[in-house]
Order: sequence, then structure tokens, then C-alpha cells
Amino acid sequence: MVTLKINDEDRTVDVSPDMPLLWVLRDMVGLTGTKFGCGMALCGACTVHVDGTPTRSCMTPISAVGGKKITTIEAIGETPSGKKVQKAWLDLEVVQCGYCQSGQIMAASALLASNPNPTDADIDAAMAGNLCRCGTYPRIRAAIKQAAQSESTAIEGA
Amino acid sequence: MSLEQLLYAAKGGAESISKGGISRRTFLKASAAAGGGLLLSFSLPALMRHAEAAETATANTFAPNAFIRIDRQGRVTLVVHQVEMGQGTYTALPMLLAEELEVDLAQAHLEHAPPDDKLYANPLIGFQATGGSTSVRGAWEPLRRAGATARSMLVYAAAQTWKVDAGSCRAEKGEVIHVPTGRKLNYGALVDKAATLPVPGQVTLKDPKDFKLIGTPAKRLDSQDKVNGKAEFSIDVKVPGMKIATVAACPVFGGKLASVDDGKAKAIKGVHQVVRLDDAVAVVADHMWAAKQGLAALDIRWDEGPNAKLSTADIVQELKAASQKPGVVARKESPAQGDIAKAMAGAARKVEAVYQVPFLAQATMEPLNCTVQVRQDGCDVWVGTQVATRAQATAAQVTGLPPEKIRVHNHLLGGGFGRRLEVDFITQAVQIAKQVDGPVKVIWTREEDIQHGIYRPYYYDRLAAGLDGEGMPIAWSHRVTGSSILARWFPPAFKDGLDPDAVEGAAEPPYALPNVLVDYVRQEPPGIITGWWRGVGPTHNIFMVESFIDELAAAAKKDPVEYRRALLGKSPRARAVLDLATEKASWGQPLPEGQGRGVSVQHVFGSYLAEVAEVAVSKEGEVRVQRVVCAVDCGMIVNPDTVKAQMEGGIIFGITAALYGEITIKDGRVEQNNFHDYRILGINEAPVVEVYLVKSAEAPGGIGEPGTVAIAPAVTNAIFAATGKRVRKLPIRMTEAI
Repeated sequence: MVTLKINDEDRTVDVSPDMPLLWVLRDMVGLTGTKFGCGMALCGACTVHVDGTPTRSCMTPISAVGGKKITTIEAIGETPSGKKVQKAWLDLEVVQCGYCQSGQIMAASALLASNPNPTDADIDAAMAGNLCRCGTYPRIRAAIKQAAQSESTAIEGA
Repeated sequence: MSLEQLLYAAKGGAESISKGGISRRTFLKASAAAGGGLLLSFSLPALMRHAEAAETATANTFAPNAFIRIDRQGRVTLVVHQVEMGQGTYTALPMLLAEELEVDLAQAHLEHAPPDDKLYANPLIGFQATGGSTSVRGAWEPLRRAGATARSMLVYAAAQTWKVDAGSCRAEKGEVIHVPTGRKLNYGALVDKAATLPVPGQVTLKDPKDFKLIGTPAKRLDSQDKVNGKAEFSIDVKVPGMKIATVAACPVFGGKLASVDDGKAKAIKGVHQVVRLDDAVAVVADHMWAAKQGLAALDIRWDEGPNAKLSTADIVQELKAASQKPGVVARKESPAQGDIAKAMAGAARKVEAVYQVPFLAQATMEPLNCTVQVRQDGCDVWVGTQVATRAQATAAQVTGLPPEKIRVHNHLLGGGFGRRLEVDFITQAVQIAKQVDGPVKVIWTREEDIQHGIYRPYYYDRLAAGLDGEGMPIAWSHRVTGSSILARWFPPAFKDGLDPDAVEGAAEPPYALPNVLVDYVRQEPPGIITGWWRGVGPTHNIFMVESFIDELAAAAKKDPVEYRRALLGKSPRARAVLDLATEKASWGQPLPEGQGRGVSVQHVFGSYLAEVAEVAVSKEGEVRVQRVVCAVDCGMIVNPDTVKAQMEGGIIFGITAALYGEITIKDGRVEQNNFHDYRILGINEAPVVEVYLVKSAEAPGGIGEPGTVAIAPAVTNAIFAATGKRVRKLPIRMTEAI
């Protein structure tokens, strides 16, 4: 039995400790917003936050995340940066098929949480591992910048 | 892909009928093969006859046709018969209905259409299918008519209720208003009466100047759930008692399963069962991790069959040999000289080139998957498919159940790009589910997806042109050599040895070419099944044609834009997009050393497009696409933001292919495995993309594929401008460029 802290809830699962977090989320806990894309940490579709750090859940055994705070796409809207990112994604109509977007939004939220005003180079470095087959990159870039603007405005206004 | 060509084929069929004889029989047989009839026209009355068949309609609902239901509470349900795979059809088609029905998009609930070729055939394809950039083109008139018919009946119902002239009433935002008195009735209050009224035979559609929705950048209706993880793709389906399976098919094309030792796999916790198929093994488990571990623990012996030594080089050699012989003529015109060979012989100069494009995988981000429950009396299939009725048909065939006992629950697609126009993975999932007690979700790994694709064909094309003293073309020949997708996928469209998709973009370039010969040689690679890929036929042909035109301009020592303009006198729409794109791209302005601009123009999928790529080539031969300017005239625009998004995305999809895309074969196996060796462009490599839309009153053209089609030649022509090296083979390998 392993207990995981997922989206501020304790979830206990009876699986082997080497099972990747991705499959625990999807097949055991029923949180299917986190996506399977490659199984080798090559595409970023499975990105979640572990103690705020963007992490490829397909290659992360649950033994490595016990006791740590796991946040998935289902709860990212409750964080300030996640909320801003989701809004910018909607404002700029980023999504197409949408399958990679959970991972894109998780990566972008983590970027903005640690770097409120990312440059193009910062965006490239943070997002290069999140593949999108529909080619929504121009809008992802624009949406991150818009979210950053709204974030700094919010901080100034606070 | 070019499903538009199917319409052409279908029309050819209609002509054959009038001529009678064998052609007629062939056509009728073809209709049957299409699974429910090849509809030559798609009119509302035809749908009306089937209105009663809409299974979801109930007594308390007004359902004047297969696309609209309104209940007593005024809840409007729009049934979308084309699938959403990112292209925005779940917004564009509801816009067509809502425009004429006079409801807010926000009021409408969307529903996937069930499989039904009678109700939901794509008029440009002939059965229920989403592909070929056809959704808006096919639905443009029928869906507006469906909306207008429903609105007209609701207006009549209100007029009868108030005992006033219908002409004094109008509809707006889900209500009918009696204009002189300002009285209003919600659609919900009118459904019972409206349902008793006869369906009008004719309705008047809005004048485009009165459109409120069409032409506006309406928000996508599928976005909200795609940013919070709630959107349900078929891979996310949860069915009580469901098991998870993953599968390994024989790695060699056409090979079979010889034997498998599953002792170790069955010892893994969570593994339930090992299922053997003729050519594959599946492990059924509690969860995907156990299934994957189980699969890795199997000791499998394959019977590799006749293709065990097959390699890409063998296939290319066969294509090369086949391309030496004349093919089936797709177009032959020689009004002036009467003979193309003579025109070519009389030319001041002759230019010849061979172009090649590789096998490509679609690599949709959502790996292929299908959930199936087979019972004695029926079967449920949860899947994301571009061809719902084919999904139903294959499940019926595998289970032996009648099609009406197969329920297909269609889903949002995590990318289609033509891969989900195939049902191989559905057939396989049903075969597995037949051996499993209860529901089972079969998920392909990425490796399985890359290695067991239905690949875009390898094409080997020969082009030649004769130039006059001014360097302008007086003769043009283009021989396309490659496999035929249509011969397998839709045989009625493959007629007399000609695959109309394989020559789309080659047979009818927008240029004025006085003597033209375009022919097609079908050459199938052993064991490999080829299929659709975003913009398949045109993607290959426009690369060849637009590169070769560039070669001619260079031979004539003329500017590539001016050269094209001179040949586009009779194609004002093509010339207009060329002028717009080149102006916005500052064509002619100098660029730094090692950088260049390249251009391409096309008329495919009913749309005109020009792209200018700005490319930098490093000393090491590394190619970076920095900026792309795209001008598009796709006729009347339903949602301009969607058009822009499709161009942006299509261009990036095409750059991935131009720079990296290649499936190669060695020892009968695909050499690529996953995204490390089948690379996808990342955000750090993506160019700035600018899209300019031409305002047009012409009928809508397709938008899903044209952006992809135009980009490869724009990039390779830019490489030529930057380096003087001509790329004649994709993907781009600067070290190999001649």
C-alpha cells in the first residue's frame, strides 16, 4: 500500500512502488486529465507538478513521490499561475485537438510560478519538451506572455 | 488527402450510369461497397425522409431533421456528424446550424452523431467520414438549410398560436417575436405545435450580408474542457469492470505469430490474461503498467514471412524502375504542337529532375486505442474515429453480430491526420475483446503506433520541362509513381488504373502550361499498407510542382515570384494570394548571409494559398525556419480564427515532415520507435507564423490540410535562395542535397 497526496487529497493504492505515477493517476485514481503520449518522457503530455516542479509522470515511479505534493491538470486552476494560464489559453484559443494541452498548461503554469516574466528564451527552455502535433506553438507562446502580463498586473494591484 | 477527388469519381460514376452497360454495374457495385450508398447529392428532403429514424428523438422533442432537436424547455441540441480532431469542426458546423436557426451558440448542446450513412453521409465522400478538408465544404448548404427549416417551422407555430401572419414574426436568440406587438414565445413553448407542421419543401437562406455568426471569430465550443482535463478522449473512457490491454503485433510487415510463452507474464501482479491473435499478442491486466510489464515479459516467436529482408532501398529501387515506364494518363493537353514530345524536342532548353518523398507516420498525440465490450446480444465500442460507420461494420464482421447491434460511442480525437480514417486498431480491439470476459480498453504504445502505422506513401516522381528562348515553359511532364491509397480504401474512386488523389495538385496546377502530360504509375510496396496523412496527395505533388517551378525560374534567371506571376494570368485568385503573401513578407528585401526566402502557391482542397518561408541555414547545414507568411483565399469564411489556427498548425505540421519526417524499413521492420527517432518540431524550433485572409464571396474551400501542403516547397525554395542547393528529396538533409 502506498499513500499519495494528489490535489490535496490522500489517496492510497495497492500497487508496486515502481509503477509510474501516470498509470496510478489514470488507471487507479481515475484522474484521466493527465495524458499518456510516449511513455519515455519525450513528449510532455503526462506533465504534473511534484512539489511545484513540472515532472513527467510516465517515467516517475510512485516510490519517488511519496509524501510529496502532487498537482494535476484537474486542480491546477486553483493555483494563481494555473488560473491565469487557463484563462489566457481560452482568450487566445490555443487548443486544437487538445490532447497535449494538459501537459502544456502544467509546464506553462510551473514556468510562470517560478518566473513571472519569461523571455522567449525562457519559454523555449521550459516548453521545448512539450510536443504538440497540431502545431499550437505560436499561440502557446502568446498565451504564456499574456498570462505573465495579467500575473504581473495582479501582483501590482494586490 | 484528397477526398474531394472522390466526388469527382462519384460524378464520373453518375455519367457512367447514363451511358449504361458495364460502367453502370460497376458503379452500382461501388455504391454497395461504400457501405450505405454513394450519395450523389445531399439535400434536405433526403434527410427528411429519414427524420423518423433519428433514434434519440422522443415524443416531447421537435426534431425536424437529423441535426436539430429542441425540447419543451427550449434546450437546443445540435447533432454534429463530423468529428472534432482539433480542426474546429465542432464550432464551425454548429455555427452553420445556429446562424439559420437563430439561437446563440452558448444555448446549444452538442452531440456526436451516431453511425448512420443514410443520415450523416459526408456529401463529398459518400459516407460518414471526416477528412479531406471537406467538413464545411460539404455541410455549408445542407446545415444552413436544416437550421432554416427548423426556424421556419417554429415561426409558423408561433404565428398559428397568435393567429397572425407568419410574415409579421421573426426569430431571434431562441425566441419567436411578433414584431408589431412585441410578443415573444420561447422555442420550447412552440415545439409541440411545430412538430405537427409539415416540413416545408423550400426555405430561403439568409443573404450573407445578414450573417450574425458566420464570419465572426466565435469561441471554440470544445476549449473549456480541454484546458481543465475534463475533455474525454476515448483513451479516458471508464467502463465499470474494464480491463486494460496493450498489444504487440509482428514487427515484420505481413508476419504472423508462431508461438508465445506467457509463463513469466502471467506471474506479474495485475496481469489477467494473454490473448493470441493471428499476427499479434495482447496482455490484459488491471492497469496499463501491468499490461506493459506483461508484454515485455512474453517470450514471442514470430513467423516473419516473405518480407523478412525488406528494406527502404529495395522499395525505392522498385519505384525507380516502375517510374521508367509510361503510366495512366491523368492529364494530357497539347493544343498548340499536337504532341508533347515534339514540343519538348523543340524547346530551347530542357530541365529534368527526380523528386522523392518518404513514408510518413501520422503520430497523433493520443495513441491509438479502443474500448470494446462484446456480449452475446450486442457489442459496445468506445473509440475516436473519423469513420464511425466503418467502425461499426468491422465490429459487426468480427463479432458476427448485425450492425444495428453494435453501438459506437464516438469521442473527441486526440489528433486524426488520417490515421483514424482506418479501422485496423478497432478490428484488432474487437478481436481481443471477443476473448475477454467484460469490457477491455486496448491501448497501443507509442512504439506500436510508430511501427504499425498505415503510412503516407513513398512517391518517386519524374518532372521535365521544355523552355522557350525566354525561359518560359512550353512543355511540362510529371510522372507520379507510388502506391494507391484509394484502390484499397475506396475502390470505386480508383478507376482505370488512376488514383485521383495521387495526382491531385499535379494534374491541375494553377499555371498556364501549354503542353502538359501528367501520368501515374501504381507501384505497391510489398507488405506495407499506405494511407491518408494530412494533405496526402497534394502534400507530395505541391512539393514537386512548386520546387520544379522554382527550378525553371532559376534556369530562366528570373525572380521566382515574377516567374509564377507571369504564369498565373488566368488564375486571379492564385495570383492575388501570391501578391498578398509576398508583399507582407517583404519579398525582395535583402536578408543576411545564409538566409533566404522561398515561395509556393497552390490551389487544392478548394482553397488558394501562398506561403513565403524565411529560412536560415547554418554552416553545419542546420536548417531553421524563422518566419512563415501565409495568404489564404478559402472562399466564404465561417470562423476566421479557426482558419488562422489551421494555417498556423498545418504549417508547423508540414515543417516537422520537411525537416524530420521519415519512416524507414530494414529487415522488414520499421526502424523508428518513438519521438526520439521520429521527431516532432518543438516550440523552440517553431517559426513566427503570420496568416492573412482574403475576403471572398466564393463557396467555402477546405482549411484543414492546405497549410501543411504549401510549406515544404516554400522551405526548400528558401534553402535554394540561401545556399544555391536544391533539395529534391524529403526530409531535408543538407549534406545530401545536390
